[in-house]
Amino acid sequence: MTLQWDDVKEGQALPEIRKAPGVTQLVKYAAGSGDFNPLHHDYAFPQAKQLGSIIVHGRFKYASLGEVVSNWLGHAGRIRSISCQYRGMDFPDKPLICGGVVRRKWVEGGEKLVELELWTKTEDGKNTTPGSAVVALRS
Amino acid sequence: MAESFEITEEMRSQIGQESDPWTYEVTTTSVRAFARGVGYTDPVYYDVAAAKQAGYRSLPAPPTYLGTPVFLPGRSSDTFSGPVATRRGLQHGLKGLLDGGTETTYLGDVCAGDTLTAVSKLVDLEVKESKSLGKMLVTTQETRYTNQDGQRVAVQRGQAIFY
Repeated sequence: MTLQWDDVKEGQALPEIRKAPGVTQLVKYAAGSGDFNPLHHDYAFPQAKQLGSIIVHGRFKYASLGEVVSNWLGHAGRIRSISCQYRGMDFPDKPLICGGVVRRKWVEGGEKLVELELWTKTEDGKNTTPGSAVVALRS
Repeated sequence: MAESFEITEEMRSQIGQESDPWTYEVTTTSVRAFARGVGYTDPVYYDVAAAKQAGYRSLPAPPTYLGTPVFLPGRSSDTFSGPVATRRGLQHGLKGLLDGGTETTYLGDVCAGDTLTAVSKLVDLEVKESKSLGKMLVTTQETRYTNQDGQRVAVQRGQAIFY
């Protein structure tokens, strides 16, 4: 079922993606992105020792917000912009709940635009990656 | 933890200076590797036939992925894979590094088969203080990506936190 402009409502929730990325997943992300900062896979790395753990790549969380948008959009349009801030650290194997909500829909220059608020939350509801995106729907 | 830290004139002089261009490749294999790294199950990022059925030229670059930098030993960062020269300019002596935030604006589509040319520049330097990390240097870098047809396809801004 293709996402249609008329079906998009402000306040509508995007389907959540629940993850708990472990070291293996972070190693796959390192390989896929080229970010081999040992802080994300090596517990003996000084900064990881100082923090008490390795941490999830901020960019993994950013890409996961992109995945939330992509899954919801179902290729029925395209992302115009997507942003986030890394406000809190996330740790391997801990639940990372990636979600979003429709904030606004409007037409500008003939384009059907939707603004989304995005986040990743920890199990206890702490928003560690607040973000937003603007998408343009085809129909 | 840095007790005191100041932005020098020398650091400030780096603002606005453009890097040499660097090549980022978007290939079917690199798109799959990124999609696997994120955990996508959507076949459009793995199967060229599914991508074409969804209206793309080839596998589309997943959101936030703007290609893999060409790796050249000695000229590429062993840690971050991008060109070393982009980071060399700023001599601040701070050892800790965290990502602050990222913003990507898309101006065109990016698919496997595309070769992007990226040019970066430092656009802002700021000193901030946090309770846990002390004085921090927050840098904002802007990178513009142009495809093989000369079309600007994306602009990405990223904040790095040095402490």
